[in-house]
Amino acid sequence: MSKPHVVIIGAGFTGVATAHDLALRGCDVTVIERGDICNGTSGRTHGLLHSGGRYAVKDQESAIECIDENLILRKIVPQAIEPNGGLFIALNDSDLAYGEAFIEGCEACHIPIEQLTPAQTLKLEPNLNPQLLLAFLIPDGTFDPLRLALAFAATAKSNGARFRTFVEARRLLTDGSGNVTGVEVLDRAAGSPEELRADIVVNATGAWAGEIAKMAGGDVPVNPTPGVMVAYDQRFVQRAINRLNVPGDGDIIVPQRRMVVVGTTSFDVDNLDYVPVVDDQIQMMLERGSELVPGIRGAKMRGAFMATRPLIGGGSGRSMARTFKCYDHKETQGIDGFVTITGGKATTMRAMAETTADVVCSKLGISSPCVTREMQLLSYRQYYSTPN
Amino acid sequence: MSAIRWDVTFVVYRAKGDEASHFDTFKLSIDPDEYVLDGVEKIWAFEDRSLCFRHACHHSTCGACGMRVNGVEKLTCITLIRDVTQDGGTLKIEPLRNFPVVSDLVVDMGSLYLRMDEVHARPVVPVPEAEIEKSPKEWPPDDYEYLRLSDCIECGLCMSACPISATSPTYLGPAVLAGAQQNGLSRNPSLLEIVDAENGVWRCHSAYECTAVCPSYVDPARRIMDLRRQVVSERLKRLFNRPKPKIAAVQEANR
Repeated sequence: MSKPHVVIIGAGFTGVATAHDLALRGCDVTVIERGDICNGTSGRTHGLLHSGGRYAVKDQESAIECIDENLILRKIVPQAIEPNGGLFIALNDSDLAYGEAFIEGCEACHIPIEQLTPAQTLKLEPNLNPQLLLAFLIPDGTFDPLRLALAFAATAKSNGARFRTFVEARRLLTDGSGNVTGVEVLDRAAGSPEELRADIVVNATGAWAGEIAKMAGGDVPVNPTPGVMVAYDQRFVQRAINRLNVPGDGDIIVPQRRMVVVGTTSFDVDNLDYVPVVDDQIQMMLERGSELVPGIRGAKMRGAFMATRPLIGGGSGRSMARTFKCYDHKETQGIDGFVTITGGKATTMRAMAETTADVVCSKLGISSPCVTREMQLLSYRQYYSTPN
Repeated sequence: MSAIRWDVTFVVYRAKGDEASHFDTFKLSIDPDEYVLDGVEKIWAFEDRSLCFRHACHHSTCGACGMRVNGVEKLTCITLIRDVTQDGGTLKIEPLRNFPVVSDLVVDMGSLYLRMDEVHARPVVPVPEAEIEKSPKEWPPDDYEYLRLSDCIECGLCMSACPISATSPTYLGPAVLAGAQQNGLSRNPSLLEIVDAENGVWRCHSAYECTAVCPSYVDPARRIMDLRRQVVSERLKRLFNRPKPKIAAVQEANR
């Protein structure tokens, strides 16, 4: 019997990780992506490998997902990660007061933390604001977004998955009853259209998931929520720095290569394909960032960019959960052959893929279990050397 | 985005399938404090959905968006429009050289990654201290404090700018030789055969174009010069530590 064919739309973090998982469970996988790997939200993340500390007080489901997946990614893809840890620092009384809830939250979410005095903290990170009152050491990290995704894609490819980049979904093919049977695509590199038949189509387009779902007459409650990030040309810190308080604007600094990246903001947007960077927001990153690391004020700006998060569920912006959800459109709208995965964080990409592959496999009658927790991923370079 | 707008003409290289390549012109009214990549992305978003280009991180950590801008290799995500043209000016956007073009501004850099693997260039490197040296000569000892993503983002700019790569496709190229230098011949003696060869370290003519275009502080040219020193020293080492001739070794064993 031939393997069931699954077409995944989107080669961001979720798409490549789902391809990896499904290829291991015996599916014939084709990933289509209108640009190159990670050209949407995934590429533009600040690269913070979350320990979950940021969500430990208000969004514990996400926090637990983060710490669990953080530890797994460190193990399976060390070639894309700076595993140097993170610090949550308190600069005023409000931060100190939040510290109590933070300790309880981290304990409830099994996130290991270590309380440090200002002297201990400044010894580790001499460029932090010397006025700091308290800090917690936490297992955050930094990852290289493209190479993280390519490691999953390379491994998926070595297990038979095909990656067709610069191939855009134009229309979903349906049977007479509205069930999805494939995708009509346009190969943008060659300029030619084509029909791809599929037993199941997975919509892994993150912030764009609503647009693709609409092609099938479906609906996904995704709220595209952009945020700004600004890179500065000096590596002031070795660890990811968070403000010890309720998550807000410009309260994260992520070191990467010889830079630091300060993020972020949170607002609504209409056109997802081009979100301009706003001057006020760059200024805000400078102000808020230099509260944590004063040296940023004198640093040269290296780049500024917007990334659009795919948040799910009700509410808006900061108050929305960072967890993810997989929708079987058979259950939500009576459309068979079509599954959407969205929401989540880069850090939880593998878990998102596991959940999606579970749904796909149960629809296809495949019983093989997920094995991605333990499997070491190939080098990103092998994505380019492995035949498609 | 500020209120300032410049009129900039983007002249963009196009190539699809078997069709002959040509240039398309797009006139944009654009904030000069946006980046060249933003302009290219805007052309795709608002003017021509068929334009193919590579990009991911938008802050110089991934190396995907290398292009030639007015004839010079640039990482377009950190190249301000203000720095490469003027109000009323033109930006000629072309794909990197010395790699096969896939479509429009997209090139296939597979050969670079294969060569980087060949010299075991590592993507995440250990650093010995919080203070980051500007140009580490060798791998630090194993008692490092931190692990850090390496400086080289494998963007291919140096491979495109190198005049030797342009005429000798089999020349390993600046990024690859710099990767070998960082690995160090004393740490990896097997690299000697790869770099001390026809397509290796002696092919470089010291044009320093690689260092001029490198967006990531790698300084490939200096590293190639240092790798030559390493090659000579490794050769001398081998000359004076030659294994004993076989007969002598057998006699010794029988003694």
